[in-house]
Amino acid sequence: MSQYLTLAVNSIAYGGLLFLLSAGFSLIFGLMRIPNLMHGSFFMLGAYFGVSLLARGVNFWVAALASAAAMAVIGAVIERLLLRRLAGQELAQVLATLGLSFVVADLCLMVWTGDPWQPATPPHLQGAVQVAGLFFPFFRLVIVGVAVVIAIALWVMVDWTRLGAMIRAGVDDAPIARVVGIKVSQLFTLIFALGAGLAAFGGVVGAPYLSVYPGLDGEMLPLALIVVILGGTGSLLGALIGSFVIGFLYNFGQALFPDLAYVILFLPMVVVLVLRPQGLFGRVVP
Amino acid sequence: MPIRFNRRTFLAGTAAGTAAAAFGMPAIAQGAPFKIGLLTVKTGPLAQGGIQMEQGIATLLKQKNNTLAGRKIEFISADTGGNPAGAKTKAQELIERDKVNVILGPLAAFELLAITDYVRDNTTPLISLAAAEDVTQRKANPYVIRPSATSAQCCQPMGDYAARELKYKRAATISEDFAFGYEQMAGFQRVFEDNGGKVVKKLWPPLVTPDYTPYIAQIGNVDCVFNGFAGSNPVKFMRAYQDLGLKAKIPLLAGWTAMDDALLKSLGDEAVGVISAHWYSADGQSASNKQFVADMQKDYGVLPGGYSAGMYIAGQCVEAAIQKLDTKSDDHKAFAEALHQVSLTDTPRGPVQFDHFGNVVGDVFIRKCERKDGKLVNTIIKTYPKVSQFWTYPEKAFLADPVYSRDYPPAKNLE
Repeated sequence: MSQYLTLAVNSIAYGGLLFLLSAGFSLIFGLMRIPNLMHGSFFMLGAYFGVSLLARGVNFWVAALASAAAMAVIGAVIERLLLRRLAGQELAQVLATLGLSFVVADLCLMVWTGDPWQPATPPHLQGAVQVAGLFFPFFRLVIVGVAVVIAIALWVMVDWTRLGAMIRAGVDDAPIARVVGIKVSQLFTLIFALGAGLAAFGGVVGAPYLSVYPGLDGEMLPLALIVVILGGTGSLLGALIGSFVIGFLYNFGQALFPDLAYVILFLPMVVVLVLRPQGLFGRVVP
Repeated sequence: MPIRFNRRTFLAGTAAGTAAAAFGMPAIAQGAPFKIGLLTVKTGPLAQGGIQMEQGIATLLKQKNNTLAGRKIEFISADTGGNPAGAKTKAQELIERDKVNVILGPLAAFELLAITDYVRDNTTPLISLAAAEDVTQRKANPYVIRPSATSAQCCQPMGDYAARELKYKRAATISEDFAFGYEQMAGFQRVFEDNGGKVVKKLWPPLVTPDYTPYIAQIGNVDCVFNGFAGSNPVKFMRAYQDLGLKAKIPLLAGWTAMDDALLKSLGDEAVGVISAHWYSADGQSASNKQFVADMQKDYGVLPGGYSAGMYIAGQCVEAAIQKLDTKSDDHKAFAEALHQVSLTDTPRGPVQFDHFGNVVGDVFIRKCERKDGKLVNTIIKTYPKVSQFWTYPEKAFLADPVYSRDYPPAKNLE
């Protein structure tokens, strides 16, 4: 019994982390139509920035925010100098971002070596919650809280602010948006920077739990892909629900049917692609 | 000048090679360097161990001023990328283009399996770090020696220690779902169960597992958990094991890759108390080990572990074989035979000699991880001297059984 309870709670915690990873991917893919295959690299590079700061005694949340800011700047530069030139060419975007992800992986290997880094859980968030025989690390619950706060903040931004309205306008019809005076190019740079920053933030927050090592990028990217395909591109609600669905599938799949763990993880994605290609919460783009 | 192949030069080259083989390799002029090729991994997820391998052999060559037994060494390093296809390509480059005298490496078992036939066909001696059991057992390759260990060579003593000294009765095993994991867990299970223990749960997470919680949650009522993780996985696994509160309840045992000394700097309190079996210890008291550890710390600022020690010892084996053969070192067949007969008294792991399959017979250390002066160290608590790959089983009977695998020996006590 307590095994299933642990799995259920961990599914939610893992879902929270997946949301931090995939929210940015969903925004970039949904709003800008860029299949950003270096999203895993943003996550990994951000995590490396974070552990370097943590190793110098920086506060955990400060390190996470600083890493996110640095990654946002890098993301903006990549969008501005590279992806802007490839607008509308999906194949070129796929190849460019994939190539960059290899470059980032090797640069990380040079700078941070091949050794795994695992920062200590921040002291005030250590310890475990013990309820009815269930033993669960407190820090992972904090991740869920952070994910929910970020989800709400993003939702408010996109749906309720002037900035959000401009973004939606730019996405729906860029030429008309430009005509009415919205600087669509700048908005896209902003979205890309935001997506990169979110991934980096997730990388740092996840570091005490996942650790950081060469190959982390390649492990996280498919998870971001299935979350977004399942939830629907460009839909924050979709990314949130998708994250938790994948969190549950991952945890229970590996525990109950370990030999079929990956089938269980990817099968729903295939089913959704066949029956509802826009994802559970995606809009049909006219 | 770019190297071009056409059929004629290729045929001529083959003919010359055949002729040379027929008459025995003529001793090349004394001035020619002896070429050592290293198959390592410097990119991708396995790079951590691969970089250490190169540091290990580089340390030896630096100590010896690039000269082993009076012979100048030319060292060529090749990055396989950590996959079988890359290992094959790079082995071909080393053998056919660079014409190396001996290959050190590769790192991973599946890489070794991809090239074992190829090095035999090309009569090139190879000193392996990779563990794949059968390369020195049922499919023994006369060109391969292995001064590190087979997968199970440390796990068999661990099974003995867990059952007889720690008096554990029920164990769970957990390791990656691939050959190195199967062979390690099988060795532990066999000896543990032969000494009265029962392995009641065997868990196999995929090689890529972002979160081990679903597996750890399944570990039920046992006296100990034996893990055989490699690469960066043990770091993640042990943290999750602690976070979920199992560390305080169920002692953790480990194979050599999971608690390698080089990994200690990536670990924290979650590793304290873990008992592991390893064929090398940075704590070892031999003269060459003290020098090796000091040089590794000076040049690279790291504590060496099995990957670097394995290649350092491989270099010592090369030195011993050159010493024995002198001018005949360029004869690959003679060199492979000389490697099998190497017997060293002072290596970083202690005395080293080889059985007739080319696998090392050497000490295995049981260590307990402790925090001393703020740093994690693996303190040796017991030494099993001169451990063979067959443990205490008769060689013939051992080889008559199937090779260790996920299903062999069969787990009869699963719950």
